[in-house]
Amino acid sequence: MADLVKFTINGREIEAPAGMLAIEAAKQNGIEIPSFCYYEGYSLQAACRMCLVEVEKMPKMQVACTLPVAAGMVIRTETDQVKLARKSTLEFLLTNHPLDCPVCDKGGECELQDMVFKYGAGESRYVEAKIHVDEQQWSPVVFYDGPRCILCFRCVRACDEGMGVGALGVVNRGAMSLIAPNKGDHLECDECGQCIDICPVGALTSGPYRYLTRPWEMDHIGTICTHCSDGCKTTLGVRNDEIVRGNNRDRSGVNGEFLCVKGRYAFDFNKHAERLQSPMMRVNGKLEEVSWSKALETIANKFGEIRSRGGKFGVIGSNHTTNEENYYLQKFARQGLGTNSIDHHRTGDVVTLVDALSGTTGRLANSADFYERKAVLVIGSDFSVEHPFLAFQARANFRHHEAHIYTVTAEPVREDNYAARSVRVAKGEELGALEGLREALAAEPDLVIVFDDSIKGDKVRSVVEFGQSLGIPVSYCALVDYSNSRGAIDMGLAPEIGPGYHATGQPGMSMNDMLAAADLAALWVVGANPLENAKLAASKAFVVVQDLFLTETAQRADVVLPAASAYEKNGTVTNGRGEVQRLKRASATMGAKTDLEIIGLIAKEMGLAPMMGPWLPETVYAEIRKTVKGYDIPLPLVTIGAQQSTPVNGRVGVESRPDLVRSEHNNLFESGTLGRYSQVLNTVIEGRQSR
Amino acid sequence: MTFSPELEAQFEKFLAKYPADKKRSAVIPMLVYAQDETHAITQEVIEEVAKRCGVTPLQVDEVVGFYSMLHKKPQGTYHVQVCTNISCLIVGGEEIWNQACHKLGIGHKQTTADGRISLEEVECMGACSWAPAVQVNYDFYHFVTPSQLDKLLDGLSAGKKPDEIAGVKRASC
Repeated sequence: MADLVKFTINGREIEAPAGMLAIEAAKQNGIEIPSFCYYEGYSLQAACRMCLVEVEKMPKMQVACTLPVAAGMVIRTETDQVKLARKSTLEFLLTNHPLDCPVCDKGGECELQDMVFKYGAGESRYVEAKIHVDEQQWSPVVFYDGPRCILCFRCVRACDEGMGVGALGVVNRGAMSLIAPNKGDHLECDECGQCIDICPVGALTSGPYRYLTRPWEMDHIGTICTHCSDGCKTTLGVRNDEIVRGNNRDRSGVNGEFLCVKGRYAFDFNKHAERLQSPMMRVNGKLEEVSWSKALETIANKFGEIRSRGGKFGVIGSNHTTNEENYYLQKFARQGLGTNSIDHHRTGDVVTLVDALSGTTGRLANSADFYERKAVLVIGSDFSVEHPFLAFQARANFRHHEAHIYTVTAEPVREDNYAARSVRVAKGEELGALEGLREALAAEPDLVIVFDDSIKGDKVRSVVEFGQSLGIPVSYCALVDYSNSRGAIDMGLAPEIGPGYHATGQPGMSMNDMLAAADLAALWVVGANPLENAKLAASKAFVVVQDLFLTETAQRADVVLPAASAYEKNGTVTNGRGEVQRLKRASATMGAKTDLEIIGLIAKEMGLAPMMGPWLPETVYAEIRKTVKGYDIPLPLVTIGAQQSTPVNGRVGVESRPDLVRSEHNNLFESGTLGRYSQVLNTVIEGRQSR
Repeated sequence: MTFSPELEAQFEKFLAKYPADKKRSAVIPMLVYAQDETHAITQEVIEEVAKRCGVTPLQVDEVVGFYSMLHKKPQGTYHVQVCTNISCLIVGGEEIWNQACHKLGIGHKQTTADGRISLEEVECMGACSWAPAVQVNYDFYHFVTPSQLDKLLDGLSAGKKPDEIAGVKRASC
């Protein structure tokens, strides 16, 4: 850290590192210097002239956003001259800016409105005609209203520097300047919507959100995105029990203000017309709507009958349901149905990684590591496309800390553009390329190694051995696909391991075994779609499915129960780095129940309620804290921010099963079965092109 | 897109001038030289320059839009630029401009139907000492009088080269 220097702002003596920008130093000391174009984390622009301040011995006013502080500097931010300068700047900005605030989406949360309110003039002297250009639609999610733009270039920098996409630019000059998309009349980009979020005015607006509500008429519910395993916090804007917006402007959560297209827009599956709203039962070969009591009774009778005659059960859990639901489900399966045949679709080999790291602590990378460690090695994954938030972290790390990024992939990836070294290998040969990087990696102060399912089974052990032999601190991350993939394995949705990576001793059937077992008596699927690309061998098996939609699996079911989505329930989920975060209910769908409640109701119907305990998320979480190693985290801590769980540090003691691990490698516009029901993911041009 | 061998050689020179990771520095010179050959900076030119300089076409487009001397619309064979900034204005620059417009029947940044002459009203071109000044492509004409302008435009319209027009002399500087 640079030496501290003493200087004064408005007569107050302040200490800050030499070279710190005056605007930042002021902010840290509670002095507001207004600005539009200055944005923490992005390059300096000095375009808006809103942050002019007086500095003693400097003949003219200075822009505080590019002024490094020095010892003895005397800065004044509230003089008459400064106030007049702000007033004039705002008057200029308003010469062309239309005063359509009453119908502008941004009205009420607009930075220009706030600035004019606080610093602006009461009236305008400008009577000439304003320059008008028509509004443009650049994509299903991005609209641009040129006259509203104040040319702060935040969107251009967020897209270019933050996302590494560079889809936005500024064309023309002076008052005629306009923001332009990369394809002339439309955008081809990540469709992440960061540009809309970062726009201080209503120049860039969001397609799905336009004209739906005034900002102050929404409730804001902070919850966790239910798509990929990056586990971003998304704050849902809810009006009349309908989710109308997703963003994270308060920068809470591991992701700060970052969100990709899924977190920002793909909540729309929630109100898809095909959402199930009533239980269904197969009557004369056809699925018909029935009452909850009838459906539950049928399941309880059938499960009870199969259990009493010793029939084979198979239980398949979800990558999207909460930790509480996963825990409750495996408890039901193991203690209620007496089977270890419980599994889920595994998308990364977390089990072997945890085993390979046994005897160590603090070796699992967390979200911050991707931004703070001096080097990141990405193996296999098309990082920006499959894990946009982690890639965003790594990019910011490169920008702010000059971190070295290394990639070992089969195809070119976006990280190549700024990577210290990019190695291209044939698929499956990733491991062999590591030796070639040994010298460079060993010279780094510290390192994060992140890998996808190209590294599984014994290869995971080899990677860990390689990492440990470098002689520098290394932390690891096994990438998984979905919002609670990690929680599913942590909670023991696996035949060979119970909650907290305890070997079960007598492994039950894996998912593949269940589907292949001709004598399977009952299959219970909670929030998964195993029959999407597979057949169920047991033609007579009694199939129960809990899901949001009538998936391929649900179509084969004997009883289908309508489940609530992650945005409709409380509980906790664990992201790909093992960070536990809290889900909060944002809306509800009539007829659907949470999986936790459904499991509880089935248990009650079967007389298992006393053993299972109440189906309240908080109660189940309390049990998880006591039972699952590494999850002894108080709920209030999870509520205020992500808390990394600390899985076992002793041997897991199970046979490694790389054959069960298969990532879907979902890109930015795919999200398993869920993604099929998101209108946004299916309408953006890049989503269609990538299919 | 293909350029003439001379232009290709020029491009090579520009690219060699800058460090490998600063190739974008060559964007402006490349555009200027390309424009001389193609008379307009088309989307094709933009994409080609972007490819060679390792930037996105949008980044090149930003440059083209910013600089008034880079043209997206085709210019005439002779691009006639009339200064109406202060020094020229005082000594009749505006009259020269109006005369040119009337004579050719075109206005600012427009081109005659036969594609021979395009007209542009420009800001100061550094010829204040010899005002009013007119520039045709890269050549200057100093102390331009209405009759000289008539001769110049007549000659160019008739298909003559600037040096073949009697009574008008290119400034030698």
